[in-house]
Amino acid sequence: MKKLSTLLLLLTLSFGANAAESVHLQDADIDLSDNASLLRGAHHFVTYCLGCHSAKQIRYLRIALDLGVDEKKMLKDIAPEGAGIYDQLHTAMNAHDAEKWFGTAPPDLSLVARSRGADWLYSYLKGFYTDKTAPYGVNNAVFEAVAMPNVLWQLQGEQQAVFKKVDGQQVLDKLVITEKGTLSEKEFDQFVNDLVNFLVYVGEPVQLERQSMGKYVLFFIMMFLVLAYLLKKEYWKDIH
Amino acid sequence: MKPNRLTECGNWILERFPLTKLWNDHMAQYYAPKNFNFWYFFGSLALLVLVNQFVTGILLTMNYKPDSQLAFDSVEYIMRDVNWGWLVRYMHSTGASAFFIVIYLHMFRGLLYGSFKQPRELIWIFGMLLFVALMAEAFMGYLLPWGQMSYWGAQVIISLFSAIPVIGDDLSLWIRGDYVVGDATLNRFFAFHVISVPLVLVLLVFLHIVALHEVGSNNPDGIEIKKHMDPWGHPVDGIPFHPYYTVKDIVGVGVFLLFFATVIFYMPEMGGYFLEHANFIPADPMKTPEHIAPVWYFTPFYAILRAIPDKFAGVIGMGGAIVVLFLLPWLDRSKVKSIRYRGGIYKKALFLFVISFVGLGYLGTQPATPGATTVARILTAIYFGFFLLMPLYTRWEKAKPLPSRLTEQPSLEDRIPALIETFEEMTVVKPVETQNGTVLKRRPNLSGILKVITRLAINLKKSLD
Repeated sequence: MKKLSTLLLLLTLSFGANAAESVHLQDADIDLSDNASLLRGAHHFVTYCLGCHSAKQIRYLRIALDLGVDEKKMLKDIAPEGAGIYDQLHTAMNAHDAEKWFGTAPPDLSLVARSRGADWLYSYLKGFYTDKTAPYGVNNAVFEAVAMPNVLWQLQGEQQAVFKKVDGQQVLDKLVITEKGTLSEKEFDQFVNDLVNFLVYVGEPVQLERQSMGKYVLFFIMMFLVLAYLLKKEYWKDIH
Repeated sequence: MKPNRLTECGNWILERFPLTKLWNDHMAQYYAPKNFNFWYFFGSLALLVLVNQFVTGILLTMNYKPDSQLAFDSVEYIMRDVNWGWLVRYMHSTGASAFFIVIYLHMFRGLLYGSFKQPRELIWIFGMLLFVALMAEAFMGYLLPWGQMSYWGAQVIISLFSAIPVIGDDLSLWIRGDYVVGDATLNRFFAFHVISVPLVLVLLVFLHIVALHEVGSNNPDGIEIKKHMDPWGHPVDGIPFHPYYTVKDIVGVGVFLLFFATVIFYMPEMGGYFLEHANFIPADPMKTPEHIAPVWYFTPFYAILRAIPDKFAGVIGMGGAIVVLFLLPWLDRSKVKSIRYRGGIYKKALFLFVISFVGLGYLGTQPATPGATTVARILTAIYFGFFLLMPLYTRWEKAKPLPSRLTEQPSLEDRIPALIETFEEMTVVKPVETQNGTVLKRRPNLSGILKVITRLAINLKKSLD
């Protein structure tokens, strides 16, 4: 009984929280047929994310095959030192250590695009702003009090949040870059977009193939349907 | 002429097994009413989906690991590393939702044409048992991917049993096999999902069909075709199920597959309704998701549970919403079966019932705000009102006179010209400027659309009288 009431209470509470945190998300431009973008994304992922996050549901070989890259080139240009072509994208960070350092182990990112959505990821990676009270000095516009530091700060620069008052409450209005990074704003958008594009691909590597196969299947079913309909008409012509 | 070896072999079997008799009794000489319409496709489609679930399910078990440490990853490896595994998995997950769509429409057909009424009460009871078994099957299957929604959905539903007085806590502990949903729960749900419940389903389908073929099918006119027999003892308005309805059902299969394949190949998540987004996060007993909602096909009942303020009463209400369906043959006191000959009250009541069921289904997916809860309470009242007031309003209403023979109604094909006309009315061909000069293009016509909507509303009102 008690367990149930706590659960139901948790549910109602979370509904309230859910309604309050509807943030406006920016549109990511996802194009899975853009192999160059996906490759750049893979490179960014290995450089900036793999240090802490794994993507263990995919192998380097699969990426190489899907994106049309030579296996040797894959190992040389994208995979980290020492990784084999059949390896999954494992991180070198120990989960127990990570929990000590960040309070929570960095999640595996294989399916993050399917659970969060591309637009959320895009807005999240662009949404870090300086917050002196946070343990790593940054907070996030779409993920309040996130445990992750802003890994891309050198590229993006430093971002400050501008708040406005709505109904007596401080609400985040917009983010402004106060200190320039090594990339221009446009370059950084492209950088994040490539990364998100890659994560969407990793979420379901087969999706392009699935969609291109779909039209043949539907065409076949339509042909089948025409024949089935003609057969039915032939049999039923005497029934009145 | 001397029979050849093959015929001899066949005869050897036929002397020992009534294959011809079975075929004739249930297919070639089973006489079905000749006026089956759109609503009569869903029985055979349910069988098709059942076979789909069996075949894809067997293939999935070959690679799935029922272990709380391995389950989530094994599903992902099916999606990625098993040849065609993604297709098998999507066919199974989409099939689960398709099953409920087909079954809900199949049950609605029963409500439309009174297929549950005397002498078909037992068919309805077997059908309802099938529905309950199907819900159990779907619920336990949903735990297997071991995602966050699998885990927390199961946690919430199983703890409902703890609301039962005295034995509640022990009962839910017994179901889980642990104090929380865990490896023991996963293993037993796997066993139930792949062995026990499928066996029950097959047995019930068998009973459902045997009972149906004993009394014969109902039809959209709701009159018994066996009252008019030809000199050879066959119903005048009946036609052999095979070949007439086998070829017709194959057309239905084609149309169904068109929708089914579209979902599988282009929108397998169906916007988070068929595969919920949060289920792509591995189950984590320490982290409750922001918003727990069961899969869409349970949401009408879930909304009833949440609408009732008291926990135990809520559980009773949710169970009652299903139990009351079992009683339908005895709640309905109308003399006629089909909605075509019923009075206006039943039509309006059914219309309200559909609104309440769909409305509850929607609200069950949404967070429970005070406003939504009020609406859910009203809809719950309508849901139960439809059934519990039925003995009264079906007795009052005046039925129209029944025809003695089946009536002729326009078929789907006959409606196509009218549909094309409506489309023409709703659109207008206008010259549009493009880069290559002016081209004639079809654009929506607002006044035409308004006209069609008003006509539709008037027709709807008329059909409810």
